Amino acid sequence: MIDKIVIANRGEIALRILRACWELGIKTVAVHSSVDRDLKHVLLADESVCIGPAPSSESYLNVPAIISAAEITDATAIHPGYGFLSENADFAERVEESGFIFIGPRAETIRIMGDKVAAIKAMKEAGVPCVPGSDGPLGTDDATNLRLAREIGYPIIIKAAGGGGGRGMREVHSEAHLLNAIALTKSEARAAFGNDMVYMEKFLENPRHIEFQVLADQHGNAIHLGERDCSMQRRHQKVVEESPAPGITQEMRDRMGAICAEACIRIGYRGAGTFEFLYQDGEFYFIEMNTRIQVEHPVTERVTDIDLVAEQIRIAAGEPLSIRQEDVVMRGHAIECRINAEDPRTFMPSPGKITHYHAPGGAGIRMDSHIYSGYKVPPNYDSLIGKLIAYGKDRDSAIARMQTALKEIGIEGIKTNVELQRDIMDDTHFQTGGTNIHYLEKKLGL
Amino acid sequence: MDIRKIKKLIDLIQESDVAEIEISEGEESVRISRNSSVMPSYAAPAAPAPVAMPAAAPAPAAAADPAAQAASEAKANEANAVRSPMVGTFYRSSSPEAAAFVEVGQKVAAGDVICIIEAMKMFNQIEADRSGTVTAILVENGHPVEFDEPLIVIE
Repeated sequence: MIDKIVIANRGEIALRILRACWELGIKTVAVHSSVDRDLKHVLLADESVCIGPAPSSESYLNVPAIISAAEITDATAIHPGYGFLSENADFAERVEESGFIFIGPRAETIRIMGDKVAAIKAMKEAGVPCVPGSDGPLGTDDATNLRLAREIGYPIIIKAAGGGGGRGMREVHSEAHLLNAIALTKSEARAAFGNDMVYMEKFLENPRHIEFQVLADQHGNAIHLGERDCSMQRRHQKVVEESPAPGITQEMRDRMGAICAEACIRIGYRGAGTFEFLYQDGEFYFIEMNTRIQVEHPVTERVTDIDLVAEQIRIAAGEPLSIRQEDVVMRGHAIECRINAEDPRTFMPSPGKITHYHAPGGAGIRMDSHIYSGYKVPPNYDSLIGKLIAYGKDRDSAIARMQTALKEIGIEGIKTNVELQRDIMDDTHFQTGGTNIHYLEKKLGL
Repeated sequence: MDIRKIKKLIDLIQESDVAEIEISEGEESVRISRNSSVMPSYAAPAAPAPVAMPAAAPAPAAAADPAAQAASEAKANEANAVRSPMVGTFYRSSSPEAAAFVEVGQKVAAGDVICIIEAMKMFNQIEADRSGTVTAILVENGHPVEFDEPLIVIE
């Protein structure tokens, strides 16, 4: 088993990784920026190394500093968490070149999945259903592009190959706007990702976002752990996630899950990963793969009773998966509400000192958060300060427990979205289940 | 040569009855002797010391911290200390045989090289950011340092 892990992240996921390390008897090194000295996991870790000033580019995205920290602490492996460098193929490569284990897939896999055009091509070859589209990058010939769009059928969406996660996209509803949209999206892509390659897909008007969790070890085993429904989103950011997805039958789960596990084996996947689909009119359409642990992993953990972060570490240590596909059983229902330090109406970030924090508890409640009374939320990073997960024997029970927990939770001194989460849990359409990715924005009148 | 390899060699010697080991890799070679009176090479001290100065940690931080003594002195001098701009290993001279760049009591001018920080096999010269007299050297030769760690006090 791995001896010592550098946790190359911050906030709640860093604490999550630390807990998994402790459980496995692995020593921990917390690398942090100068404003993050009081992060809970930094205070708890065996060792800590300040790697740079507040700006992410000089700390959490600072590859030499992180690798240097691994060297001076004589660490064995680096866990990148999510965001930051977790899907940076160059980082994964340099980590391994420097003699450390990167807890995640091989650099080559990250590279392919990070290029959305290449990812779709690889998935098609692996038999994964994809959104009808250009099947490759758009060229410069206007006539060809106009024809492609006509064949796919409006509305269509232009997407940047180097984008993903909702960035670098533009909808087009009629032919008159197509060429302009392509040019604009290319310019934005060049500026944001340094790569102006774009592709075209059919725009699904009322899809749900349903994703499948997979685990693959270095011994040729790959399994799926069911699906999550993450349709409750605002500006492509997930707000509420749940597992299982309402309305998905066991047959659909088995079929799509098997396709994903098979694709993992085909592409030589290693570690934890998520296949994201848009689901509309009974059909699944692959949009992208995330080659890391996801924010919403706890809902899968609750219904399958499997520790995904511990599995990531075991896989990286060269161990075979601790479960087989037939051992994966989904029981009950889990819902996660993301708790953000933001204004509930304007969504502006609300950093500052948490003067008083009371954690919710009780049956079926799990709170994944690094905050504590007196903790100062810094302004330099994203606003996620915790994840409240409620588990029940069925969906109604999970919702009831979440409503209770949202009444009990107390975070004073900063603004949070707790009130918004209460609204969502009380919403009759949410309670019925199966709302699509546009529902929240319509509800908020955006 | 990889410093971690060297550390592992040192551990090997300590665990065995071997008195001396010399390893050559290409043009580089390292000799490690038990109870040697030779100045330490770039092989780090045998027992890797705990890295960080744990902040006022409520949790069980590294006990009996040899840096704790330095930490209390450092607090007194922090305002006038040149701080580390990076993560790495601190060296007082450019090579084991060379003299240290500065000693306590020495006068330095802004821009003088006062120490080296090695990171990922690159040796970075650290310069004094002001002129004055060196009053304290807060880190031991060969010890790891983190970003912003106070290194050398110039008053």
